[in-house]
Amino acid sequence: MEGQTQARYDAEVDNLKDTELRLGLPGSDEEPKKAPKKRGLEDSSVKVPAETGPTAKAQVVGWPPVRSYRKNSIQMVKKGGDQNNEKGGMFVKVSMDGAPYLRKVDLNMYKGYRELREGLDVMFKCFPATKDEFAVAYEDKDGDLMLVGDVPWQMFITSCKKLRIMKGNEAIGLSSSP
Amino acid sequence: MREEISDMSEDDETGERARWAPDLSKNRSDDSDSGPGPPIGDSPPPFSDQVLENVLENVLEFLTSRRDRNAASAVCRSWYRAEAQTRRELFIGNCYAVAPHRAVERFQSIKSVVLKGKPRFADFNLVPFGWGAQFEPWVKSFGAAYQHLERICLKRMSVTDKDLTIIAESFPLFKDLTLICCEGFSTLGLAVIAERCRHLRVLDLIEDYLEDEDDEVVDWISRFPETTTSLESLVFDCVTCPFNFDALERLVARSPSLQRLRVNHHVALEQLRRLMARAPQLTHLGTGTFRSEVGFGEVDPNLDLVSAFGASRSLVCLSGFREIEPEFLPAIYPVCANLTSLNFSFANLTAEELNPVIRQCHNLQTFWVLDSVGDEGLRAVAESCRDLRELRVFPLDPTEDSDSSVSDIGLQFISEGCRKLRSILYFCQRMTNAAVVAMSKNCPDLVVFRLCIMGRHLPDRITGEPMDAGFRAIVMNCKKLTRLSVSGLLTDKAFEYIGCYGKLIRTLSVAFAGDSDGGLRYVLEGCTRLQKLEIRDSPFGDASLISGLPFYYNMRFLWMSSCNLSMRGCKEVARNKPNLVVEVIRDVVEEEEEEIEAVEKLYLYRSLAGARTDVPAFVKIL
Repeated sequence: MEGQTQARYDAEVDNLKDTELRLGLPGSDEEPKKAPKKRGLEDSSVKVPAETGPTAKAQVVGWPPVRSYRKNSIQMVKKGGDQNNEKGGMFVKVSMDGAPYLRKVDLNMYKGYRELREGLDVMFKCFPATKDEFAVAYEDKDGDLMLVGDVPWQMFITSCKKLRIMKGNEAIGLSSSP
Repeated sequence: MREEISDMSEDDETGERARWAPDLSKNRSDDSDSGPGPPIGDSPPPFSDQVLENVLENVLEFLTSRRDRNAASAVCRSWYRAEAQTRRELFIGNCYAVAPHRAVERFQSIKSVVLKGKPRFADFNLVPFGWGAQFEPWVKSFGAAYQHLERICLKRMSVTDKDLTIIAESFPLFKDLTLICCEGFSTLGLAVIAERCRHLRVLDLIEDYLEDEDDEVVDWISRFPETTTSLESLVFDCVTCPFNFDALERLVARSPSLQRLRVNHHVALEQLRRLMARAPQLTHLGTGTFRSEVGFGEVDPNLDLVSAFGASRSLVCLSGFREIEPEFLPAIYPVCANLTSLNFSFANLTAEELNPVIRQCHNLQTFWVLDSVGDEGLRAVAESCRDLRELRVFPLDPTEDSDSSVSDIGLQFISEGCRKLRSILYFCQRMTNAAVVAMSKNCPDLVVFRLCIMGRHLPDRITGEPMDAGFRAIVMNCKKLTRLSVSGLLTDKAFEYIGCYGKLIRTLSVAFAGDSDGGLRYVLEGCTRLQKLEIRDSPFGDASLISGLPFYYNMRFLWMSSCNLSMRGCKEVARNKPNLVVEVIRDVVEEEEEEIEAVEKLYLYRSLAGARTDVPAFVKIL
C-alpha cells in the first residue's frame, strides 16, 4: 500500500540524514525539514478512524486544528523536556578543574546560554564576581576544546559532548572577546 | 499580520446580498463572485450608447468593491461591458469555480489578482498531497493576457519555480507577490523573482512550505539587483533555510522605501540590531529569533539593542521572537506604546515575563500569544490593552491531551477588559458556558468568534452541560458575527440556535459536534448568508446533505469529512445540481471494481468550469 512504502522510504531517509551534506547549521534542522514532502498522504495513511464518543482518546489527524507551520515552529520554542526526551535527554559530563568528581547536566533543560550558566552556577557554586577567573569550555564532536557561547544555542547542544569549567591561568587566555 | 491577511480569510465586505438563486437558464450565474454574464452573441452598440459607455467607464473606475461591481455588471449589457473594461482587481475565491480562459476573456485590463485554492482543512492535513490547485494554468493565461499585471496574491495554491519564472518573464511592471500557505516552490524560484522583477515592491511569503533542494539552497537574497530597490515589504520568516546575512544587510541599506521586514530564525539579536540600524524607518518588524548569539554575557548587547529600538520611532508591528531569551525583552520598551500589533505566538513566555511588556502596550489592537502566559497573562492583557480588536491565543502544546494554562477564566478577563474586541481565536482545554456568555455580552462588536476546546466533546467544566448555551449567546448577542468556529460538547440544539440567530454568518467550522441530521439541517436552512461550511467528524448523513440542495449554489463550498455520508447521497446531490462539482476524496486508491459506499471526505463547490481535468487518482468527481 502506498502508505507503507512511504513510511519505509521515510525511515531510510531518516537514517541517511546524519551523513547528508547540506547547507543548514547543525542543530537547525528540527523543524520543517522533518516534515516529509508528501506529508498529507502520509498522515492520512496512518489515520485513526474517526471516533464519535468521548471515550476514544486516540490521536486524530489534524486535531487540534493547528497548522503544520506553527507545529513545526513550536518544536523549537518549547522548553526542553518532552519532545527531545525521545533521545533520553542530552546529558553531558561537566568537569571542574580541581573538583574530585564530575557532574552531569541535561542540555535540553536549558533554553539558552544564560540558563545553562545559572544551572552550572547552582551546581558548582563556583562563579566569582570577576568573570576573568573562569571559562566554560566544551569538547565537540571532533574532540576539540571550544569556548562555550560562540555559536547559536541549537547548534551548540547538538555538538557538545562534554563541558569543562576552567579556572585560573588557563581560563584567562580563553575568555571570549566582544 | 497585515490587515490584508484577515481580509483574505474573511472576504471582508459588507454586503446586503440577500439569498438569491442564479438564473442559469439565461447562462447567468455567480461567476466566482464576479457577477452574472450577458446573453451570448450580442452585436456592438450604436454610437450614442458608445459615448454613454465611455462616460460610464470613467465613473466605474472609482468603484472598487467587488460586490458593488458585481451588482453594476448585472444592470444591462452596456454596464456589463463597461464594468469588465474597468475592473482592475480580479478576485477568485475558488480557483476551480471558473476556468482561467473565461476569466481572462471577460476582464481584459486586470492589474491585480487574488486567487485561492485548497479548502482550509488542507492546513490540517485533511487534503492529501497532490489534490490540486496548481497555479500553472492561471499563470499561463495571465501571462498571455495581462501585460500590466502588477500584483498576484495566492492562498493555498501549489506554485512551482517554473510558475515563478513565468511571472518574472511575463509581467514587466510586476510589483507585488504575496504567497500565503502555498507550497511547491523553492529558493530557486525566489531567486528568479528577486533578480528579474525590477519594480518589485512587495515580496511577502507567509506560512509557505518550501521544497527542500536536494543539492543546494540558492542564496536568493543576493540576487536582488545591486541598485537601489523599490522594496517596501520583505517577509520571509517561513523560508527556513539559511541565507547570506551580509547580502540582506546590504539589500536593506539600499531599499529606502522598506517599511516591513520579517526575517527567518537565522537572525540573532546582534544581526537584528544591524538591520534596524540600516532601516530606522521600518513600521513592521519580524525579529526572527530573539536570542543573542554571544550567549555567555561577555558582551552585553542590551545597550545597543535598546538604542536600536529607541531609534525606530515608526514601529507599529512586532513579530518573530522565536527562541526568545526574555532578559532581552526590555529592549522593546521604547516602542511598546506605539505598537498596534504584537505577535508573541512563537515565544514561550510566562505571565511574569509578559507582564512588564504588555503593561506598556496601551495602543495594541492586535495581539497573538501562546497559552504559556496562562490566565494571569491574559488578565494583564485585559487590563492594559483596552483598545484590543483581535486576540489569538495559540497552544504551546498543540495536542489534544495537553495541559493548557488558559481557560474560561482568561476568556472572562478578556471579555471584561477588551470591550472593543472584534476577532478572537482561543485554544484551551477548559471552558464554561458562563465565560462564553459573558464574552457575548461584553463584546457585542465581535465579527469573528473561534473557540477551540482541544479535548473532543468536552462539556462545561463546571456544570458538565453541553456548550450549547454559550454558542447560543454568541449568535444571539453578537449581531455582526460573520465567522464562527465551534467546539466542545454540542448537541443539535446548538445548531438550531446558530441557524436561528446566525443570519450574517458566512463561514462556519464544525468539528466533533451534533447528534443527528437535524443539526446540519438547521444550519443550511437558517444561515442565509452562509458561504463556507466546513465540517469534520460529526454525525451528519445523506438526509442532511440533501436538505441543503436549494442552497448550495449560494455557497462557495461545503466540506464534510468523517461524517455519515454515502455515495448514494452524494450522487444524488451531483445529479440534482449540474453546476456543482462534487468531489469524493479518498485516502487510499481503491481498485476499479469495488466502490466503497461510505464517503470519507466530500468537497463540493459551485463552478462554471465543470469537472476539473487535473483530478488525481484519489479524487472522484460524481
